[in-house]
Amino acid sequence: MLLALSSDQEFFRGTTAKFLEEHVPVGVLRRLRDDPAGFAPDYWRRGADLGWTSLLVAEEHGGGSISGAGLVDLTVVAHEFGRHAAAGPLVPTNVVAGALSTLGSDVHAGALSGLLSGTSIATWCLAEGPPHDGLGEVRTQIRVDGDELVVDGVKRPVESAAQADHLLVTGRTGDDLTQVLVPRDAAGISITPMHTVDLTRRFFVVSFDGVRVPAAAALGEVGKAAEDVERQLQQALVVVNAESVGALQAAFDMTVEWAFDRYTFGRPLASYQALKHRFADMKAWLEAAHAISDEAAAAVAAGAPDAGRLVSVAKAFIGSYGAELMQDCVQMHGGIGVTFEHDLHLFLRRLTVDRALFGTPAEHRRRLADLIVAQEDVA
Amino acid sequence: MTADATEDLESFRERARSFVRAHLRPAEGSSSSAGLLRADKTDEEELAAVARDREVQRMLFDAGLAGICVPTAYGGRGLTPAHQHVLNDELRDHEHPTRLQSPTFTPCMAVLLEFGTEEQKQRHVPAILRGEEIWMQFLSEPGGGSDVAGALTTAVRDGDEWVLNGSKVWTTGAWWSDWGLCLARTNWDVPKHRGLTVFMLPIRQAGIDVHRIEMLNGSKEFCQEFLSDVRVPDRDRVGEVDQGWTVGTRWMVHERMAFNSPLVTVPLGSGHAGVSGSSMAAIAAAGGRLDDPLALDLIGEAHMLDAVGSALNRRIGEGIATGTMSDQSSAIGRLFAGFASARRTTIGFELAGAAGAAWTDDDGELAERGNDFLMRQVSCIGGGTTEMAANVVSERVLGMPRERTLDRDVAFRDVPRSASHS
Repeated sequence: MLLALSSDQEFFRGTTAKFLEEHVPVGVLRRLRDDPAGFAPDYWRRGADLGWTSLLVAEEHGGGSISGAGLVDLTVVAHEFGRHAAAGPLVPTNVVAGALSTLGSDVHAGALSGLLSGTSIATWCLAEGPPHDGLGEVRTQIRVDGDELVVDGVKRPVESAAQADHLLVTGRTGDDLTQVLVPRDAAGISITPMHTVDLTRRFFVVSFDGVRVPAAAALGEVGKAAEDVERQLQQALVVVNAESVGALQAAFDMTVEWAFDRYTFGRPLASYQALKHRFADMKAWLEAAHAISDEAAAAVAAGAPDAGRLVSVAKAFIGSYGAELMQDCVQMHGGIGVTFEHDLHLFLRRLTVDRALFGTPAEHRRRLADLIVAQEDVA
Repeated sequence: MTADATEDLESFRERARSFVRAHLRPAEGSSSSAGLLRADKTDEEELAAVARDREVQRMLFDAGLAGICVPTAYGGRGLTPAHQHVLNDELRDHEHPTRLQSPTFTPCMAVLLEFGTEEQKQRHVPAILRGEEIWMQFLSEPGGGSDVAGALTTAVRDGDEWVLNGSKVWTTGAWWSDWGLCLARTNWDVPKHRGLTVFMLPIRQAGIDVHRIEMLNGSKEFCQEFLSDVRVPDRDRVGEVDQGWTVGTRWMVHERMAFNSPLVTVPLGSGHAGVSGSSMAAIAAAGGRLDDPLALDLIGEAHMLDAVGSALNRRIGEGIATGTMSDQSSAIGRLFAGFASARRTTIGFELAGAAGAAWTDDDGELAERGNDFLMRQVSCIGGGTTEMAANVVSERVLGMPRERTLDRDVAFRDVPRSASHS
């Protein structure tokens, strides 16, 4: 979370935080566990009214930022989502809205306005299943057939696919990447729910079996989507990272409070040096997570040359050290920390999902190594 | 130079750039990694490097590029941390006076600026900025380690002078340095924090014997000083008598700020905090391991730690400067830098393979990694151990209960001390 928010950003943050506290308090999140969608359409529509889906959209398309860097403003929302383990498809909807605004034509205008008003949602079909589930691996085919595009392949995990009205599919045309916006109810699409650890996020396997859309449904030019996909990936990572840091902050605050309140052998946990030192490490990792998340967000928002590097650094760090921090929070709580009754798991769940999506820490370390080796020309 | 007060960043950058391009040499391949002080220079080479550092500092001073954030009244430029950052940016890949940054500019000059008398500041700060005075911290003692307030070095008043006796240790390069900032005990009859006073003293004088300590990797840059009846005029006292811990507390904050201090010049991308991720790729390349996924994972990890450490330092620096974080938050950066640097050293050693155990002069980047590993814990010890930093973070930042101590509210002379040290 940014150290210093502008007064407009602070107002925006406060509004979202208050809304989340009102509409998705922990009691509601627990009930949503059994809800097939994981969120109510009206909740999402009202969130969109607060600006949750407009920050990556250009002003002339009905969007706009607060600070001039919409992605940075979006991290303010994402942080609050993490802090409240909030429901709703924040990452995919924003990525698709941003892509539609940047790349879309008139045929996409209706979809974009639905996302902006929150009356519809969209999701991004990027990753595929094992053994081709590596970061950046795409096997789904998007073939040109006359004035149509034909999609064949299987995507997973796809967030909120069953709830989405539009699917942004990243696929391959020959050796090159192509993106196309497909209506969820198009013929040839089948959607199967997956198991997951998050209480309110829903993931699906989406199969495309000869799904046909008009050529105009393509986002950008056929076979030239590589840079767009990379930008979308960076944006998704920025949002996921900010959300993870929010979840870490909530879990850490909760655990520090616990350490003061919980007494053993006549002393609060917070008085034991063995535990104090672990809290010091956790605090260092937490502040570091904030720092690198914000730095990467600013770089991606500005389209800086080192944006891809920084966002991988952030994902690798938050995924690895953040996960250790979170598990330490569980450890500090003892047995209660692994019960459904306590609230800590809401944040553990969110972090666990975020860690695994859009590239694991190991995959991002590999991306970093490849960047550095190429940059340094040591090979 | 009142124009400095309004010098905008653009014109400052232009000025810095033209100076750097016209006068400075490219940076030498950084061989001193992670504060490990590799033993890669003869004494003559080391002295030549010190002389060059002084010369470059003087050139920076003459060009109006020294003491960017130091008030103009003391020879500085009275500019902002943003200007310092621009200078750091323009110095990328160029030489800079590495040996003058820490401890001379911070904590020593920082302490002088905060606690020195007008006369002391006039006498020393401009001289420091001209590269004429290199300062050391006479802080740690053989019997003390991290418990610096437990100083045993004694100062006894004798008219207008003080007479100092004792020993200080872990001064890096004291054998070629000029001045020491010294914490000494002036009162044994009060609790430890209330009987300390800070002095400044020239290092090259009859009463000070500088002994060079050989470290595990052969480096002899760390020193120990023995003070025998060193006479210090009272005008060289910094702060009030017996109030040395008021100075000491801020001293420690300035020390932990280290490379994050706006008083310090450090070229961006120079990986001052340790072995850089980039050099990890060079080690892997030297060992022919660039197609080994495990090696690539380690290269990525090392780079991650570097980049996160830099981002963390910037966040803490900004937080402290704007008051959104307490001064004590500098311990967070110190803690992180400690374990991150230790981990990077391990990675370098790992990437070296068997060359970590035995190497030849032709092994290039693979060489010396075993010695680096021997010295790995220096990053968690020097400048106050990570355990001390963890105490500060948990107690001062998170507000957890203080550790029980047996030296509070007791006259210092009655405090139990280690058996083997006097």
